[in-house]
Amino acid sequence: MDNEMKYLLKVENLKKYFKIRRGLLMNASKGFIKAVDGITFGIRKGKTFGLVGESGCGKSTAARTILRLINPSGGKVIYNGSDIFSLSRKQMFAVRREMQIIFQDPYASLSPRMTAGDIISEPLDIHRVGDKTYRRARVKELLSLVELNPEHINRYPHQFSSGQRQRIGIARALALNPKLIICDEPVSALDVSVQAQILNLMTGLQKELNLSFLFIAHDLSAVRHVSSQIGVMYLGRMVEIADSEDLYKKPMHPYTMGLMSAVPIPDPRIEKKRNRIILSGDIPSPIDPPSGCSFHPRCPLAQDICKDERPELTNHSDNGKSHMAACFFAGKPLS
Amino acid sequence: MNEKLLEVRDLKTHFFTPDGVVKAVDGVSFILNKKEVLGIVGETGSGKSVTALSILNLIPQPFGRIVGGRIMFDGVDIAGLGQKQIQKYRGNRISMVFQDPAASLNPVYTVGNQIMESIMIHQKIDKRSARKKAMRLLDMVGIPEPQRRLNSYPHQFSGGMRQRVMIAMALANSPSILIADEPTTALDVTIQAQILELMVDVMNKTGSSIILITHDLGVVAKYADKVMVMYGGKPVEFSDIDKIFYEPLHPYTNGLMGSIARLDSKKKDRLTTIDGSPPSLIDLPPGCIFYPRCKYRMEGCARSYPRFKEVKPGHHVACHRHAEFLKEEADG
Repeated sequence: MDNEMKYLLKVENLKKYFKIRRGLLMNASKGFIKAVDGITFGIRKGKTFGLVGESGCGKSTAARTILRLINPSGGKVIYNGSDIFSLSRKQMFAVRREMQIIFQDPYASLSPRMTAGDIISEPLDIHRVGDKTYRRARVKELLSLVELNPEHINRYPHQFSSGQRQRIGIARALALNPKLIICDEPVSALDVSVQAQILNLMTGLQKELNLSFLFIAHDLSAVRHVSSQIGVMYLGRMVEIADSEDLYKKPMHPYTMGLMSAVPIPDPRIEKKRNRIILSGDIPSPIDPPSGCSFHPRCPLAQDICKDERPELTNHSDNGKSHMAACFFAGKPLS
Repeated sequence: MNEKLLEVRDLKTHFFTPDGVVKAVDGVSFILNKKEVLGIVGETGSGKSVTALSILNLIPQPFGRIVGGRIMFDGVDIAGLGQKQIQKYRGNRISMVFQDPAASLNPVYTVGNQIMESIMIHQKIDKRSARKKAMRLLDMVGIPEPQRRLNSYPHQFSGGMRQRVMIAMALANSPSILIADEPTTALDVTIQAQILELMVDVMNKTGSSIILITHDLGVVAKYADKVMVMYGGKPVEFSDIDKIFYEPLHPYTNGLMGSIARLDSKKKDRLTTIDGSPPSLIDLPPGCIFYPRCKYRMEGCARSYPRFKEVKPGHHVACHRHAEFLKEEADG
């Protein structure tokens, strides 16, 4: 029970398959793309879960399914004790207030024809929170919360810089006092000096408002900076989940090792001494994933068993915590 | 003894737009030696890409124009050359790899065709030997079954493979300089590492130099010998890689170093930040462009732009207060 209380949201064996349609009328089904193929993890209250992976690994599909913006093919998402996929329209509407999302591109995610004030107040309008005066005051409060000038309430998105636009996106997400915010690559479209501002803002708000984040990114450095727990995805499946520090100190899955090794560290002396492992090959197409462990064609450790059998996530922790990895040779160094 | 290969002096490329003059590149100077990797670092709009495009006279028309400065290569000032003359250099002695390999390749020609084209423009060889050469190039950049892949179209390749094709094309005439403009930004992390390793490896073998344009300080730390940091169209600091990372003199460089989340650093609460955002390049104020965001600004900074000059051997910086920073550094 105690353990249950710690989690705000639990994802259990979540699946999302897309039908591949071919033919003139797009009516001939040719199998499925398993974009998300059975992932399980939990987001703790007031903490950040980082979800990492390269393009096509299913991390954004997972986010959209968790919010029920698209319907799942299987599995559960348990929020506050109930599976959100079993909720009625009305019940879902209520839950939506507590789950919000921040998008990657601060240009595409804000309507150019609405003012900052309209954008931020839209969730309040939809959910009929307070009257007009209240909403206006709330919007101004939100603007100051994300460190924008409340007097700019009537400005349009094009009058803001990209960092300021991302702040507007954050203010919109905060409007309904959510408990969970899904951040889908919130800083990857921003300049380096602005990224740090946004990351600081987000971690500050998290503490102040006791928010939980699902932080999705391909940038391992940013994810490490904000997350307390991290999951690594490859071709629709979770290959490793662990506490942030454990994962970085002692990655268990060869893909995680390769991924971390591929990120150059901005320090020439360290970087020139560092022994890097470069993974060979391309990320396979999710239409026709490799047999067994889908990482085996790129894996330096691969044996015959990896081609035939799919490894399940198992605990490899040596400090009593949970450090899950899906690999027959987990923890073996790549040399 | 370092052999000078390319010298850019006080280069100015401006865009004359209906909204005003955009000084995209305004007074850039650097030297590229043989077998050297020069990293040009900066944020969006800092002028790093336009600097590269200026070298090959690929400035977007009709608004852009080089309005001043010199680009000395092989004893010739190539900044003044017309399209016809620059073609002797472009793709031949100096070639370029762009950010988005999908947009840089022609979708209606086979990859083999496109590589052969770049060979046959500059070398007097027949189609058969050009084809053989193209195959060898594909093999060199690590594309499996090069013979068969010559007949493939760009859409049949993955992003990483397309960038390999671009590199093969850029290397077709054994250039002395390869300009790579954010060559891996559009690619996944594990593929990025493959492409950069390949590029540096091949260039080492042929003894050529690279100008590597990027916003990723990790990539610079790994591959560059020298670094130029740009801000608002101007160079703010230029030196050896170690000096830029460990003894930066410009407050912008310094701020940039502090604001990156590092893979090898522990989770901490706050990153140091640079307040504000990069400037618009229209109607710049007379003083230092970084002034509004600078922690160390003083009164004089708003009045005049600091000259970009060598303040100690091999270390150029543009800051009014460099003398103080140098002294601080000497005092430890």
